[in-house]
Amino acid sequence: MDLGFFLEVVFAGLLSGVLYSLVALGFVLIFKASGVFNFAQGAMVLLAALALVRLIEWLPQWLPALADQRVVTIALAFILSGGLMIGLAYAVERAVLRPLVNQEGIILFMATLGVTYFIDGAGQTVFGSNIYNLDVGFPKDSLFLFEGVFEGGVLVNEIDLWAAVVAGMLVLFLALFFQYTATGRALRAVADDHQAAQSVGIPLNRIWVIVWAVSGLVALAAGMVWGSKLGVQFSISLLALKALPVLILGGFTSVPGAIIGGLIIGAGEKMAEVYIGSHIGGGIENWFAFMLALVFLLFRPQGLFGEKIIERV
Amino acid sequence: MLYREAGQYKTDYVKDQQIFPIAQDRWSVLAIVALAFVAVPFVATDYLLLSILIPFLILSIAAIGLNILVGYCGQVSLGSGAFMAIGAYAAYNLSIRVPGLSLPVMWVLAGFVSAAVGILFGIPSLRIKGFYLAVATLAAQFFVDWVFLRVKWFTNYTPSGSVNAPPIEILGVSFQSPTMKYLLVLTFAAVIALAAKNLTRGHVGRSWMAIRDMDIAAEIIGIRPMAAKLSAFAVSSFILGIAGALWGFLFLGSWEPLAFDINRSFQILFMIIIGGLGSILGCFLGAAFIMILPIFLNQVPAAIGLPLSTEMISHVELMVFGALIIFFLIVEPHGLARLWSIGKEKLRMWPFPH
Repeated sequence: MDLGFFLEVVFAGLLSGVLYSLVALGFVLIFKASGVFNFAQGAMVLLAALALVRLIEWLPQWLPALADQRVVTIALAFILSGGLMIGLAYAVERAVLRPLVNQEGIILFMATLGVTYFIDGAGQTVFGSNIYNLDVGFPKDSLFLFEGVFEGGVLVNEIDLWAAVVAGMLVLFLALFFQYTATGRALRAVADDHQAAQSVGIPLNRIWVIVWAVSGLVALAAGMVWGSKLGVQFSISLLALKALPVLILGGFTSVPGAIIGGLIIGAGEKMAEVYIGSHIGGGIENWFAFMLALVFLLFRPQGLFGEKIIERV
Repeated sequence: MLYREAGQYKTDYVKDQQIFPIAQDRWSVLAIVALAFVAVPFVATDYLLLSILIPFLILSIAAIGLNILVGYCGQVSLGSGAFMAIGAYAAYNLSIRVPGLSLPVMWVLAGFVSAAVGILFGIPSLRIKGFYLAVATLAAQFFVDWVFLRVKWFTNYTPSGSVNAPPIEILGVSFQSPTMKYLLVLTFAAVIALAAKNLTRGHVGRSWMAIRDMDIAAEIIGIRPMAAKLSAFAVSSFILGIAGALWGFLFLGSWEPLAFDINRSFQILFMIIIGGLGSILGCFLGAAFIMILPIFLNQVPAAIGLPLSTEMISHVELMVFGALIIFFLIVEPHGLARLWSIGKEKLRMWPFPH
């Protein structure tokens, strides 16, 4: 086996795993704080990416002053898309979560499926449904690493490295936010115990808006990276499905789990496709991750880092 | 006034335990079934039969299958499309590899194949619970999609990957006309609904419900979780398999794996949530709602004269569908079946509400 090629596959897998992690991260934040299994995360990524790419296109048309201010346009579009995601969080809390408070998990899950359909429909109605090229200035060249070590080196896409950088910064930012701000502390308290948090005066409704908004912003980051890699199109919405095995592998309630799960799934999936898939017909990427996670769950039902599930009668 | 149970005395246990203890319920259900069998074939147009009633009935059967697993046994599954696919492809393979088999026998055998696979994918449920299980059932969905797409043996090496059902003929009688197909599907729907209703009223159904409500407590009172969970998976996949075979043979005629993809699974899940978890009636109500809503939404823009492109209509349809799902969940999280029973309760008291 060629070690250089093997490393190339692993790197490519790890780097696409980073993107799964970004989507899974949004899931985990919401599940931790509100116990809602948010199927709409993929649709949120799509909406954010669509808004970003179309605003970059539209803003210079609306404001001629921005015509050759590329950086300002992108920044402005980014802020506006962020605003849209925050608005969405507010709307979801008001229109969906609040009336359904205290319902069973499956009802809330179905409601987020409804939200998914709504966002998919609304996003494409407003922003159009073609494939758009998103260019926010990520370099798209390929580079070779370790050229001195292996013959030919290891081929890596620069944009994947940037994705990893964005993901790393996002996680760092979230960690600081959760650790050192009052809001972050309140979020952790709610995640820990709803009732206890409420009894010390933390307003649950506001926390939900905040956590959905944070997830929306994470979705924006994921959409930006994914969109510049593959173009903004409807299939981004199906990313949610890719993130699910990551979630069960890492545990629904663990932020580090989402990251490490994403890396394991990304690398495992690429390796399986290259080394096993070629023998049995290819295209196994779609289910391999689920099977990997399923086998894994048989030994650790709460996932890699999930909280131990304690059941009492 | 008409809906009263005064004067209907239950003098023995058999009378007390019948499915519809109130005479008016009993007679109206019988009347509806009789109408469906006798009157509908005469009045319905081919379009109504082929595009609405047949898919509605088949999806109702599928919804019953899923409802047994999710609504009665509490094991959330997102892989119902996969078991329909297994039923459809098993029936197809039986039809080309085992000559001389009668079609209904074939469909029931396909149900058994689906049940066997269902048990296999149900095994993780012994360890995994809740949403972890729901995601794990997606493994079944994607794996089965892939198998029927890539393993050419199952599609008999057809170059396009899509397969054709043989002509529908049972004991020398041709069932090709819409009316005959409808009657066939209706028979299956009636038998399966009755069987499912009785199954859920009996010992097995009670053990499922005990597992659903709290599996540890159920174990303590002497219900074996393994037997209960796996039997729920088996029965559910059996019914889904039959529904899949009917869907392929009687509705689609020729199909490819895409007909049973994850959207089908979600569609059936929507039906049982909107219709009502843990209710056989709910399966029919939910299937009717989810079937008719898109048809209705499709007509609205044209009817009120909105000039929208086809693409736009499909997006707006998606939006309205999502919003309606949320709306229904908020109004009545327990589904249309609950609304129906509340209505009946009100009717019994009417005009004196207390």
